[in-house]
Amino acid sequence: MKKQFQAFLHSLTNSFRDLAPIIIVIVFFQTVVLQQSIPNVSEILIGTFLVALGLSLFIQGLEMGLFPVGEAMAFALAKKGSIFWLFAFAFALGFGTTLAEPALIAVAAEAAEVAAGGGMIEPTDAAKSNYASGLRFTVALSVGLSIMLGVLRILKGWPIHYLIIGGYVCIVVMTGFAPKEIIGIAYDSGGVTTSTITVPLVTALGIGLASSIKGRNPMIDGFGLIAFASLMPILFVMAYGMVLLS
Amino acid sequence: MNLIIQFGETFFATILDVIPIVLIIFGFQWFVIRRPMPNMTKVITGFVLVLVGLSCFLIGLEKALFPLGKLMAQQLTDPSFIAEGLSATTQALQWHDYKWVYLFAFMIGFSTTIAEPSLIAVAMKASKVSGGAISIWGLRIAVGFGVAIGISLGTFRIVTGTPLEYYIMVGYIIVVIQTFFAPRLIIALAYDSGGVTTSTVTVPLVAALGLGLASTVPGRSAVLDGFGLIAFASLFPMITVMAYAQISERRSKVKHNRSKGD
Repeated sequence: MKKQFQAFLHSLTNSFRDLAPIIIVIVFFQTVVLQQSIPNVSEILIGTFLVALGLSLFIQGLEMGLFPVGEAMAFALAKKGSIFWLFAFAFALGFGTTLAEPALIAVAAEAAEVAAGGGMIEPTDAAKSNYASGLRFTVALSVGLSIMLGVLRILKGWPIHYLIIGGYVCIVVMTGFAPKEIIGIAYDSGGVTTSTITVPLVTALGIGLASSIKGRNPMIDGFGLIAFASLMPILFVMAYGMVLLS
Repeated sequence: MNLIIQFGETFFATILDVIPIVLIIFGFQWFVIRRPMPNMTKVITGFVLVLVGLSCFLIGLEKALFPLGKLMAQQLTDPSFIAEGLSATTQALQWHDYKWVYLFAFMIGFSTTIAEPSLIAVAMKASKVSGGAISIWGLRIAVGFGVAIGISLGTFRIVTGTPLEYYIMVGYIIVVIQTFFAPRLIIALAYDSGGVTTSTVTVPLVAALGLGLASTVPGRSAVLDGFGLIAFASLFPMITVMAYAQISERRSKVKHNRSKGD
C-alpha cells in the first residue's frame, strides 16, 4: 500500500512537471506582456491541481486498461484468423468513437454556420443541423474506413509512405475542385477526429496486430493507423462539399 | 458544492463519450471472441481510472487554464493592445506588429502539446516498442516544436490573409522529401504524430486564438479564416519528428565513427 502511494505521488509530481510550461507561459504573458495581475489565484491553483491529478489517474488507467485491452483484442482477433471480424472491429472502433466525438460535434456545428453564411445551404436551423450531422456521419465513415485500411496495410505489410503520399496527391487535386467554404473545415477535420481515449486504443491495436503477425515489425508496421484516420476525413469532407454543391 | 455538481456533469459527459467504445469492445469480446477477457478486474479498474482521471483533467482545465488562456488570446489580438506599442503616426497595422501574438501562439502550442494526454500515451508506447531508442521526452519535445511552429505560422497566415492551401501543400512537399531521407523506423510514428497532437488541451485554446484573430484583423471573416490552425498543428509535427530522427541518427553515427577511430 505504501509503495503504491509512493508510486502515485511520483506520477503526480511528473504531471505537475508536464503542466509547468503552460503555467509559465500564462504567467509570463499575463504579468510581463499584458501587465495585469492574475485573477482568481485560488481557483487557478485548485484547477491546476485537478488537472495534474487527472493526468496521473489517466496514465495509470492507460497502462491498466486501455493498452492491455487494445492489445488483447488484436491478439484474440488475429488468433481467430477471421479477416471479416478483424475488419468489422476496426471499422466499428473508428466509426463508433468518431460519431460520438465531442470535438467533432463542435466543429460540425461551427461548419454549418459557415456554410449558411456562405450561401452553401439555406440559413435555417433544419438545414444547418442536417448539414452538421451529414458532416459528422461523413467523417465517422471515413475514420472507420481508414482504420480498416490501416489494418489491411498491417496484414499485407505495405509500406506506409506510398499510401500516405497517394493520399496527399488526392488532397491536392481535390482542393482544386472543392468549394472554398469547405477547404478549411476539411483540413481541420483531420486533426479533430482522434480523441484522448481512441488514440491509445487504436495505437495498442496496431502494435498488438503487428507483433502477432509473423514478419511484421511493430515499430514499422504497428504505427500508422492514426495517420490514416487523420488523412481520410480531409478527402471525404471535400467530397461531401462537392456532392452538396453539384 | 458547485465543484461536486460540475464534476458529476463532466463525469457523465465523459461516460457518454466512452459508451460506444465500451459497447464495441465488450460486444466483440462476448459475441465474436467468446472468451473472458484476461485480467478483467484490472481492466475495469483501468477504465474507471481513465474516466475519473479524464473528468478531473477536463474540470481543472475548464476552471483554471481555459478562462485565462482564452481571455489572454482575446486581449493579445485586440487591435488597441497591438497598436499600443507603436508610434501614433502609423495608420494601418502591419503583419510584424503582431509579434506578441506569434510568440504567444508558439509558446502556447508548445506547452499545451507537452501536457496532451494522448501524446503521452503514444510516446510511452513508442519508447517501449523501440526498446528505448525513441525517448518519451525526445518525441514529446519534437512534437511540441512542430505544433508551436505550426500554430505561429497559422496565426501569421490569418494576419496576412494568404490562402491556407499553399502552406499545406508546401508542408506536404517537405514531408514527402523528408520521408525518403528519414530512418525507416520513424516514418509511421511521424505520420501518426500529426493526428495525436490536437485534442483536449490544445484545441480550445488554439480555437480561441484563431477566432480572436480572425474577428479583429481587418478584412478577415471569423468564419472563413478562423479555421485552419488545427490543420497546421497536425502537419508540422510530422516534419519535426522526422527531423528529430534524422538528427539523432546522424549523431549516433558520428559517435559510432569516433569510437571506431579510437
